[in-house]
Amino acid sequence: MATMIVNGREIEINGEKNILEVIRKAGIDLPTFCYHSELSVYGACRMCMVEDDKGRLYAACVQPPAAGMKIYTNTERLLHHRRMILELILSNHNRDCTTCEKNGSCRLQELALRLGIRDVRFTQKKTAGSVDVGPALVHDQSKCILCGDCVRMCDEIQGVGVLGFAYRGSQMTVVPAFGKKMSEVACVNCGQCAAVCPTGALTVKSDVDRVWTALHDKSKKVVVQVAPAVRVAFSEAFDQEPGTIGTGQLVAALRRIGFDRVYDTCFTADLTVQEEYHEFAERLRTDGHLPLFTSCCPAWVKFAEQFYPEYLDNISTCRSPQGMFGAIAKAYLPKELDVAREDLYVVSIMPCTAKKFEAQRHELGQNGVLDVDAVLTTQEIAQMVREANLNFDKLPAEAFDLPFGMATGAGMIFGVTGGVAEAVLRTAARAVDGKTPPVEFKAVRGLESLKEAAIKLGDQEIKVAVVHGLSQAKALIEAIKKGECSYHLVEVMACPGGCVGGGGQPLPNNAEHRELRAQGLYNIDQQRELRCSDDNPMIERLYRQYLGQPGSEKAEELLHTTYASRRRISGEEVAVEPAKDAKTKIRVCVGTSCYLKGAYDVLKSFQESIKECACSEEFDLGATFCLEHCNGGPNVQINDEYFGEMTPSKARELVQKLAVERD
Amino acid sequence: MAKIRSIEELNQLAATYRKATDKVAKRILVCAGTGCVANGSLLVYDALKKAVEKSGVVVDLDFLLENEVQSNATQLDKSGCRGFCQLGPLVLVEPHDFMYVHVRPEDAEEIIQETIIGGRCVDRLTYTTPGSEKHFDREEDIPFYQKQHRQTLSNCGHMNPEDIREYIARDGYKGLARTLTEFKPEQTVEEVLASGLRGLGGAGFPAGRKWQAVRDAAGQTKYVVCNGDEGDPGAFMDRSIMEGDPHKVLEGMTIAGYAVGATEGYIYVRAEYPLAVERLSKAIQEAEEFGLLGENILGTDFSFQLHINQGAGAFVCGESSALVASIEGKRGMPVPRPPRLAQRGLFGCPTLLNNVETFANVPFIMRKGAKAFSCIGTPTSHGTKAFALTGNVKNTGLIEVPMGTTLREVIFDIGGGIKDDREFKAVQIGGPSGACLTKEHLDVTLDFDSLKRAGAMMGSGGLVVMDERTCMVEVARFFMDFTQRESCGKCIPCREGTSRMLEILERIVAGEGTEDDLNTLEEIAYMVHDMSLCGLGQTAGNPVLSTLKHFRDEYLAHVRDKRCPAGACRAMRHFEIDPETCRGCGRCARNCPVDAISGEIKQPFIIDPDKCIRCGACVEQCAFQAIREVN
Repeated sequence: MATMIVNGREIEINGEKNILEVIRKAGIDLPTFCYHSELSVYGACRMCMVEDDKGRLYAACVQPPAAGMKIYTNTERLLHHRRMILELILSNHNRDCTTCEKNGSCRLQELALRLGIRDVRFTQKKTAGSVDVGPALVHDQSKCILCGDCVRMCDEIQGVGVLGFAYRGSQMTVVPAFGKKMSEVACVNCGQCAAVCPTGALTVKSDVDRVWTALHDKSKKVVVQVAPAVRVAFSEAFDQEPGTIGTGQLVAALRRIGFDRVYDTCFTADLTVQEEYHEFAERLRTDGHLPLFTSCCPAWVKFAEQFYPEYLDNISTCRSPQGMFGAIAKAYLPKELDVAREDLYVVSIMPCTAKKFEAQRHELGQNGVLDVDAVLTTQEIAQMVREANLNFDKLPAEAFDLPFGMATGAGMIFGVTGGVAEAVLRTAARAVDGKTPPVEFKAVRGLESLKEAAIKLGDQEIKVAVVHGLSQAKALIEAIKKGECSYHLVEVMACPGGCVGGGGQPLPNNAEHRELRAQGLYNIDQQRELRCSDDNPMIERLYRQYLGQPGSEKAEELLHTTYASRRRISGEEVAVEPAKDAKTKIRVCVGTSCYLKGAYDVLKSFQESIKECACSEEFDLGATFCLEHCNGGPNVQINDEYFGEMTPSKARELVQKLAVERD
Repeated sequence: MAKIRSIEELNQLAATYRKATDKVAKRILVCAGTGCVANGSLLVYDALKKAVEKSGVVVDLDFLLENEVQSNATQLDKSGCRGFCQLGPLVLVEPHDFMYVHVRPEDAEEIIQETIIGGRCVDRLTYTTPGSEKHFDREEDIPFYQKQHRQTLSNCGHMNPEDIREYIARDGYKGLARTLTEFKPEQTVEEVLASGLRGLGGAGFPAGRKWQAVRDAAGQTKYVVCNGDEGDPGAFMDRSIMEGDPHKVLEGMTIAGYAVGATEGYIYVRAEYPLAVERLSKAIQEAEEFGLLGENILGTDFSFQLHINQGAGAFVCGESSALVASIEGKRGMPVPRPPRLAQRGLFGCPTLLNNVETFANVPFIMRKGAKAFSCIGTPTSHGTKAFALTGNVKNTGLIEVPMGTTLREVIFDIGGGIKDDREFKAVQIGGPSGACLTKEHLDVTLDFDSLKRAGAMMGSGGLVVMDERTCMVEVARFFMDFTQRESCGKCIPCREGTSRMLEILERIVAGEGTEDDLNTLEEIAYMVHDMSLCGLGQTAGNPVLSTLKHFRDEYLAHVRDKRCPAGACRAMRHFEIDPETCRGCGRCARNCPVDAISGEIKQPFIIDPDKCIRCGACVEQCAFQAIREVN
């Protein structure tokens, strides 16, 4: 095996991409701000620079290892330079550490401590400025150290790309395009930017105070639901190993904080399986819109509404488990808890930042009153536990309240990529053969970007795909569009690893932690007596007493929802020379880019040449906004064919040619 | 125009064009480089045209190809840059080779009457050395040109850059023709390797080795990219070549494409060079029409397409990986290497990137052979190098000298010495990230290795000469202001380091620096040098480090004594009224904008240094020279 020498010690090279990985393997935690193994190498923070035996310097994150390489990580000049870099960052960083959201979990703070920076010689540049508070995330430029982690995360993993660099040199900032607010752009609120941000520049918007207010309001009954992925990450905030199951302690803590009832979102996950399987079976039977995309992930739903509105009919109409819980709680609990509907306050504890946005969707409420009143992330509930001065180690394990506290293993695995698909497949397998015990579908498990499975339902083979990370979803949809693959059911989770890797989970939120949390959920599932949603007696009771059966009118009203295109450009058309029975439909793009390249002249030329050839009944001429081929404009669509770089004379030729063809 | 299908056809065509040009005895070339155009050379051109038409006929190549001419015919053309821009507009009259300087439209009549008709030189329009009355009629006699060796710039100023036929007549595209017919691609690489041509964009990496690496890289699609993003303040070598001899760049790139196995290339030109963009575009179009670019060049199987990409004005885009990102439509930020561009460059494909001047040397090598090239220069730096000579020298402009010419020759022979015969202090070489060399370096030769040994670098070829009145701290501040503005902001050392260095330098020139500042400055400069991601940052500290090394006393005077020895830093100027000379007229006090001067009439006045803003208005107003500046 090839080896290299790190600080005089021989270290094996075992397929590492760069010397940083080799060095870290050797037990040297070389500091970095901009290196994340799942993102592209950026090489900008220069903290991981190392020196070789000839005095040459390398960025360890960039340099591939080579046999015999001799590397030193702590030479005099490296230590000196590293401290200087840190000092320079600190002098250009709003150092309100004691009141910062990231106090205690900030990478910059940690390295300043580790490198022993005691004096910053330079004048303070960045001071507190305006902060962009979105529905789920808070963006504070004064804390940004421009490592670009958020930019690459949003673009490379999530395929959204709302964050970018603007200006140059010391003026450089990270902002959405045109300096817009996060809430005004295509941000899906997944929170992965905040998960990789080393400082307090991107943080989760805190709703802790709102919840305390509700808890202290004597007229309110406050109930809480806990999402599956929270229970395997919550204890990390109290120095436990990732994946430690902390359900009992969390329930106990919530009661001590003052919640009136503590319920389990896994219950409504079981309910989701019932509704979604029913919907899926109906679509299979009636040749409805397939593939059916899952709808549990609100970041994915917003992503689809923005970028793939043509697939909205393919998304399951089922509300997410959070949404279902909110609706059921607001409908069912007032009577049960003897409280007026408006005095029932529903809180969700989620691994997810996008759930904060989802809870504000007007579709998930009645008469302007939202079903879920406040959403707290795992990070925030850990904060509340600390604020309530609860000693985690002394918390007993307690159980959820009934009836919404009972869940099967199928509901538990909703929190990990592949879990929703597996839960539905368990129910599907049961539906075919009523006696089949719940089975594990290992093919949909794991952290590979795309997982596929096929199961036989009667005489039909059902093809399932599972993706996580929205850029993977994008790639899959593009492949489906091109006809390169086809599926019946597609599970999409925005965050890498599914909800266990959600943007609201405790930090660090890296691949290693996500994998251990996923394992935690599978462990819970394995320990369960009931592992198929069909077997949840409380679900059965809910249908019997209240909802009827899956897909009933009542279920439709409470458990299903609608989606709407969020496309910036509506695609509306303007009739110019309409002709009702025309065989040729001509649409000239007059969007900004095409307009600037002369689309109006093209339109005019079409109009004139149609008149000239006296065949206006043959052509239906209209203008449209943005055919989305801006680079090659002006663009024209004739029936289903696109023509770029159109000129007035080419337009004339086209009309003449088409007119001749008609004759 | 039918496409040229063979080397014979090309030679024939060249002969035809030469014969046609020879028909006419008199030719006037008006410099239409950016400098001369800015000085009004196009108006001079129009005036000359009118003046010729009064007594004769103006002919052009088109006319000459078809007709016989009378003795009163004159060919009038616009040419590329002749380099002596400070004397523009420049007009050259052939066959006498009279060079006229500072020509105004109203001089046209006289030029035609005297020179074209009379064959005499118009003395008052010729160049005279500053301080003497010696006239130089002909370009080649002028000291500015005498020590130059204009090889890359051979065509600049001697032909119309907008006419491919003139380039062909001057052996243009012969190098390409020879390459395609006599050399295999690998032999072409070997020839360039043998020539010893080194990258003239600054680093001096052997061009042949770069070509070899791209040729050897795996991949179907490869690209050739020309770096024309010349961003150093005051540098215009590449601009002059692109404007004055665009086909030479095209020819060099096409040869490179053939050698490395690329069929497509990009020329990245700054948008601030509109004339270069225009002339390159025209050249591409003409070369395609003549079958010298595009499909099946010269009737061979080799095809090569060229595109022009305009940069949006970022200095960092001259850095190779940032340039590539910019062409791809991304933010112009450098990417850490490895992989190198030769492995993974433009659109992920192996890419050859050389600068304009490097490519412009290739046609000569392929036409005349590697030996003809390598015999010029020093044993390790072959050929010539163009420099933009500016600052406090008598003659400024674009020069080209053989590698190995000494700084002394450049400054005192070509440059004519220091303006107003002041003392030479330093020369800044290599652009904003270059270093300052001093008197003791005057005999350093201009070649890659000597400069490196002297602690400087060739850079792209800026030479800024400074005299005794130049404050070296201010020089460092000026260049740091430039680099910190142009830092892309990606890596922390460069982004934060340059802005802090600037902050300190600003403090020092404002008279508020401390000795600690000098240590911190040095510390940051070394850190930025060692830790930055790209060349911009790695060299950003050079002006600081070299001035600190050679002129530390000047820094110390600023921070210890609050004194600028060169008398250049305004904040440290002090004015005193000599009580002996002062007549107490009060004129200075009346003209002081901040009422810093007071006194009684007929008594000596005094300046309150706390109120004084050091504007110097009092010095100008005093009729008795009683107020002087003290350092």
